[in-house]
Amino acid sequence: MRLSVQEEPFDAGAELNAFTAGVSGAGAVVSFTGIVRDLSGTLRAMEIEHYPGMTESAISAIMDEAVTRWSLSEALVIHRYGALEPGAQIMMVATASAHRVAAFEAAEFLMDYLKSRAPFWKKEIGQDGAEWVSAKDEDEQALTRW
Amino acid sequence: MVDVLYFAWVRERIGLPRETLTTSAATVTDLIAELCAREERYALAFSDLKSLRVALDQKLSSFDAPLMGVREVAFFPPMTGG
Repeated sequence: MRLSVQEEPFDAGAELNAFTAGVSGAGAVVSFTGIVRDLSGTLRAMEIEHYPGMTESAISAIMDEAVTRWSLSEALVIHRYGALEPGAQIMMVATASAHRVAAFEAAEFLMDYLKSRAPFWKKEIGQDGAEWVSAKDEDEQALTRW
Repeated sequence: MVDVLYFAWVRERIGLPRETLTTSAATVTDLIAELCAREERYALAFSDLKSLRVALDQKLSSFDAPLMGVREVAFFPPMTGG
């Protein structure tokens, strides 16, 4: 299991290759990369604040649960904080397991829980000011399926 | 003595990221009442508890939770990770 909460950018391709090279006996690797989107075309930056200490312990607990529940052979979470430009990679998740379904499900579980249980807060800095991103009801709702 | 931390718009409304308080509050709700009585900016930040979350010693908790033995209280809006 590897968790990195970091300000600096990461190379999702290199991370995925290293992750895949490090898993033995897994038949499936699934990965997800989250990217700063700019739907309106006016976003200057996305500022991500977090709660040092709790961020690491909350994500570790979520990863432990995923590894146990889906018998993962390996799991990876990288999540950035600080000021990110549109198009920048925010975070990535990778899971490895014997079979495809477990790897997909565990990756979705990790994403759903990271969205509303990992202490990050996003603020969109636009051309006309800044606004905190509100949590969506459907993100909280998504947890009920697990 | 308890460390109280604020994040995101809660931090902005109160105007500081953390402070150390001496309190006799028995629960989180009592602590919020003490803070709101101090200054308007606290009352503004805590005006809608439905839009707030609380963590005690870095674990998500509830507003009716006791503060006995707690060293760190954090207030923040619902999280938006991922």
